[in-house]
Amino acid sequence: MPRIASSGPGSVPRWILAIAIIGALFVVLPLVAMVVRVNWGEFIPLITSESSVDALLLSLRTSAAATALCIVFGVPMALVLARTSFPGQRIARSLVLLPLVLPPVVGGIALLYTFGRQGLLREPMNVLGIQIAFSTTAVVLAQTFVALPFLVLSLEGALRTVGTRYEAVAATLGAGPTTVLRRITLPLVLPALVSGSVLSFARALGEFGATLTFAGSLQGVTRTLPLEIYLQRETDPDTAVALALVLVAVAVLVVGLAHQAGSRTRAGGGLL
Amino acid sequence: MRFTFSATVARRGFDVSFELAEGETLAVLGPNGAGKSTLLNLIAGLITPDAGEAVLGGETLFRGRVFTPPHARGISLLAQEALLFPHLSVLNNVAFGPTSAGVKRADAFRTARRWLAEVDASEFETRKPAQLSGGQAQRIAVARALAAEPRLLLLDEPMAALDVAVAPAIRRMLRRVLESRTAIIVTHDVLDAFTLADRVIVIDRGHVVEDGPTRSVLEQPRDPFTAGIAGLNVLAGIRTARGMRTAAGDELQLPGPTGVTPGTACTAAIRPSGIRVSGERPAGTANSLRRVVRDLEPRGDLVRLGTDDLAADVAPALVADLDVTPGSSVWFSFEPSDATLYATAR
Amino acid sequence: MAAAVLTGEAACAGTSAGTAAGTSTPGASASAAATTAPAGTITVFAAASLKATFTKLGTDFEAANPGTTVTFSFAGSSDLVTQITGGAPADVFASADTKNMTKLTTTTLVSGTPVNFATNILEIATPPGNPAGVKTFQDLANPDITTVICAPAVPCGAATVTIETATGVTIPAVSEESAVTDVLGKVSSGEADAGLVYATDVQGAGNTVEGVPFAESSTAVNTYPIAALSATKSPELAQAFIDYVTGTDGQAVLTTAGFGKP
Repeated sequence: MPRIASSGPGSVPRWILAIAIIGALFVVLPLVAMVVRVNWGEFIPLITSESSVDALLLSLRTSAAATALCIVFGVPMALVLARTSFPGQRIARSLVLLPLVLPPVVGGIALLYTFGRQGLLREPMNVLGIQIAFSTTAVVLAQTFVALPFLVLSLEGALRTVGTRYEAVAATLGAGPTTVLRRITLPLVLPALVSGSVLSFARALGEFGATLTFAGSLQGVTRTLPLEIYLQRETDPDTAVALALVLVAVAVLVVGLAHQAGSRTRAGGGLL
Repeated sequence: MRFTFSATVARRGFDVSFELAEGETLAVLGPNGAGKSTLLNLIAGLITPDAGEAVLGGETLFRGRVFTPPHARGISLLAQEALLFPHLSVLNNVAFGPTSAGVKRADAFRTARRWLAEVDASEFETRKPAQLSGGQAQRIAVARALAAEPRLLLLDEPMAALDVAVAPAIRRMLRRVLESRTAIIVTHDVLDAFTLADRVIVIDRGHVVEDGPTRSVLEQPRDPFTAGIAGLNVLAGIRTARGMRTAAGDELQLPGPTGVTPGTACTAAIRPSGIRVSGERPAGTANSLRRVVRDLEPRGDLVRLGTDDLAADVAPALVADLDVTPGSSVWFSFEPSDATLYATAR
Repeated sequence: MAAAVLTGEAACAGTSAGTAAGTSTPGASASAAATTAPAGTITVFAAASLKATFTKLGTDFEAANPGTTVTFSFAGSSDLVTQITGGAPADVFASADTKNMTKLTTTTLVSGTPVNFATNILEIATPPGNPAGVKTFQDLANPDITTVICAPAVPCGAATVTIETATGVTIPAVSEESAVTDVLGKVSSGEADAGLVYATDVQGAGNTVEGVPFAESSTAVNTYPIAALSATKSPELAQAFIDYVTGTDGQAVLTTAGFGKP
């Protein structure tokens, strides 16, 4: 009996391989189907139309801003979850991770009831003269809301894996908590921080439901690429498919770049 | 830099007190789980005691609600593993202490290079920790700990994870750098204690069971654990005219220092290699004790027979001849010249 | 999505026709009064905006014609056209605009000529109590009034553009939504002061929004055509349903829902 892929150490049974291939096809085939469906003759004009470019640029801009917010808030959140213990911590973790399982539309409604004109924070926001609804800020908020758990989750896991031993050593060498964070903890979890940020960016890029519900849809202001695709689908499937392909390409590009960056960091760090 | 320490941690059954004079190196011995790591973590400030007080050079480390955080204690901890920061070069690792203290980069690097030279590791300056062997990493960890100019240096079994081949060199280096330094070294190895420590305390189940100058504690142990790591058998009993009577009622003939008054508590230490094992009671031997063998453990080309209080190293052939298995009863005999007797009270 | 089920009942159409005759509702439409609908099952593909009215019409039709079953599939008109073109088993198609119906008539998928059965015009929807005090279409040009409209790519947005062009009023909309429901959502939640939706949407939203009709809406009247499809296996039943929709009873239901006369 010739054994091809399933011999040698670390091999898997053939039937596992078969199921894995079916699973991979399930993911890849729809992408192929989409590529096949693209009207290549018109592809460039379709994706360079004013509304398409506006949507792409808006998506990139808001996703970058959302990722930055995720880092600013997510790193401290992950640190608190991984390095401290307080009553109700398990509940706090579940709540923080809730947007992962929440339907995005529900997230949008929740944001509306918080930051909307009739929302929970209407008084303080009126006082400060802040109007978030229908603004690009609303898009960023919606994206941050759904993307934050990805960063917190991957970073908290990495913090737990790295453990506190290096931090303890650093402290006994005279480094204060902030120095330990800056020079030891963060460099050690940098690969996870990078991959978590990428996941957050990708999630923000694909955000649709919460944005639609909370931010509205206006070219150049709140109509991100997914919203543009959704709108074009109604009348111009060619544009919708072309833009969908652009979205996939951008996502693949970002994930690929970050993966490279991550593996470089890993190689240099010699850890994880 | 005088150091006084006294702390309890109820949850771990830990209650230890001791003092350390300026420039003194203290070895802490004890079985696994005795509380040695708890002790070091308490001193370093990585855990908090339930009660107690520790003062280093006049500064309180903890007392009541006062708690100095680890980074402000001036105490470096060298662990079993080097734990060099994997993302920093060797030089940056060693310079970590000085830079954390606010020393300028150039000065910190100068200090780091001096300590790298001190531990014979200058050549590794630009390497990353992943490119070092265990012994090299541990040398650099020593340099890093010392470059932080600690007022007290803690060493947690610094040679336990190293190859037997490199341990002697590290031990020599430690001996040099620990000279006249206030330090506490936790170890399993009696050789570490002999070479590095001025004084020894033995901890068992969270309590200090022995405390004294290294030689006195290790050559005249009172505690069975201490005797074990010192490679000795100890028997406790009462001084008699001819020797001693053990708690079990055995009469032993032993030479003894004139200082031990008959009727007082005394301890006899016997080297395992001085004990002969036989199936029948041997004639003409001064001391013979019948014991039940609890375990057999290969030791080089000999086998160590363990009982509740005595151990003997015998040839494998003898084990086979006598058909010794756990539970067998055999005779342990030794001449007075293979034992030393001393007062239990120090 | 196409939940069409053709049951075997169609085969019994001839035998059950006689019993159905006696129970025909006296108020049945003029054209359908003489001939009773044959028993059987038909599937009607109808625009999403017809969901409430057609569900009621279907029930009424079944009550008036025992032995008949009408099942529906509601979706956007363009989606339905895609499904029908793709071979979905539908007997009747009711579109929210003539444009999508035309897509089918040009491909001979429709049997006979489509009949217009209703019209719909735009209306301003405001949150309950109309906090911004919107009274006219011109008010929507005020940038202080937060207005949400449909994107030009979707029918209600196209109608909005038509009215804007006809009146010369430009609405500085804060959002151009892809669906009427999204416009309504923003208005009913109070995020927007006003939204432009169909009169039937205002009606259907109950008291979550308030309607402000405006005369300029007549410049963009949306016509709903209905037609039997060539693929139907029950052309008589399909026609009977179309007759019911265009008849007195059907029109009464549509009018109540806010639709205009064709």
